[in-house]
Amino acid sequence: MTLLTDTGIIFGRYLRATLRSTTSLLFGMLQPLLFLALFGPLLTRFDLGVGGSSWQALVPGVLVQLALLGGSFVGLGLLVERNLGVIDRMRVTPVSPLALLLGRTLRDVVQLLAQSILLVGLGVAFGLRAPLAGIVLGLAFVAVLAAALSALSYGLAMNVATPPEFAAIANTVGMPLMLLSGLLLPMSLAPGWLEAASRVVPLRYTVEAVRQVFQGHYANATVLTGAAVTAGLAAVCVVGGARLFGRTRA
Amino acid sequence: MPEPAIHVRGLMRTFTLAQGPVHAVRGIDLTVERGEILGFLGPNGAGKTTTVRMLTTLLPPSGGHAEVAGRDLLADPAGVRRRIGYVAQSGGLDPGCGVREELITQGRLHRLTRRQAGERAEELAGDLALTELMDRPTAALSGGQRRRLEIALGLVNRPEVLFLDEPSTGLDPGSRAELWELIRRIRAGHGTTVFLTTHYLDEADALADRIVVVDAGAVVAEGTPAELKSRHTGDPAASLQDAFLAITGRTTAGEPLSI
Repeated sequence: MTLLTDTGIIFGRYLRATLRSTTSLLFGMLQPLLFLALFGPLLTRFDLGVGGSSWQALVPGVLVQLALLGGSFVGLGLLVERNLGVIDRMRVTPVSPLALLLGRTLRDVVQLLAQSILLVGLGVAFGLRAPLAGIVLGLAFVAVLAAALSALSYGLAMNVATPPEFAAIANTVGMPLMLLSGLLLPMSLAPGWLEAASRVVPLRYTVEAVRQVFQGHYANATVLTGAAVTAGLAAVCVVGGARLFGRTRA
Repeated sequence: MPEPAIHVRGLMRTFTLAQGPVHAVRGIDLTVERGEILGFLGPNGAGKTTTVRMLTTLLPPSGGHAEVAGRDLLADPAGVRRRIGYVAQSGGLDPGCGVREELITQGRLHRLTRRQAGERAEELAGDLALTELMDRPTAALSGGQRRRLEIALGLVNRPEVLFLDEPSTGLDPGSRAELWELIRRIRAGHGTTVFLTTHYLDEADALADRIVVVDAGAVVAEGTPAELKSRHTGDPAASLQDAFLAITGRTTAGEPLSI
């Protein structure tokens, strides 16, 4: 129970901070919408091998991309706070490291869901057709994935010294993950070796599952594999992130 | 004889860097009695902050034992955290956050109810002259106001032991004098034990009941300011500066000049 209360206190603090910073909130919301609006129309004449229009393939991809790019960089804010001594101050209280991590992660998930809803709305305006249940389920996938990546990002931020180091690592890890998981174009278009490489990237299974649920397919092997991989990734990242959060090197 | 507020034996910390191990703290012994203000004095890089980070549970020691506020540091770190306050050198304020919100959140993290946390925030604001500033973002505070808020955050849980790491760094002389007065007032009002690190000799002289001098990760001298002065210079009228020079062979500003 104290874990829930503590997580709620941390969540409230960071949600208020997010809502206060209207500039970053506005631009953060705008960026994925611009991406969809300016990139999506390029694909409408291609057959991407996914049922329905190209929006059916692209919108789930951009959702997962949002979770990946947004999630992997949340640690940057933590790093700034760490250097200000805010994190240490909170750690010298009875609150557990897990609550310090989960409260923030939850804020990130809520922020991402708000962005995602706008993104799906814009997708529908462009021509995405998906059942409501499928959209809700798809957003659930994205939420769990975002939690995993946020937790991982925070764990990393607790163990590197400077923002440039952090950004270099996050960029270098994020870019191949994005390309290998078939976010923008499905991996069914890839040559054999690339397709094989993408099989080891967990995000691939998440995005494939989201594409399936957006088409109204809920109980097939792709969806179940996606669910298992996403949930497993989240469990590993949260446990790992909490451990890194509890430990400091200097 | 009541148990001491802090009891440390053989506390060590070694950092492993690419260039090899760095022995930041090499076996410190010290005792701080309840209600005492201890000046933990040493030049930059002496291991003061590393010691404070170990005693406040932020950094696991490489060796040694310590009891802080009656709790074993290694066996019951959560018990230690409940009973201490810690004000880091960097302060720990979020510039976007409001003064009241910082105080209330800190109270909530110490398991106060919403109402208790609100009351405690007002009470501390009254005590530390922050009442007028409660609705400002912390970024809008002056240096002296910031320091008062940081100390208020450290006092939210009515700690038995308050750790202040270089509290007067960056303050103007007026704010420094106010800070010293505040520290004396905290001890007088609540019998709080204060563990204060500083590299300012005048600060240790003015505030501390007893001084522990550290250099290169080890305790090199210990005593009341008067004892240190007469013991290390043979002259009771000497300044603490003279005693410090005699003890460490250098000024607090860094290495001796060899010109």
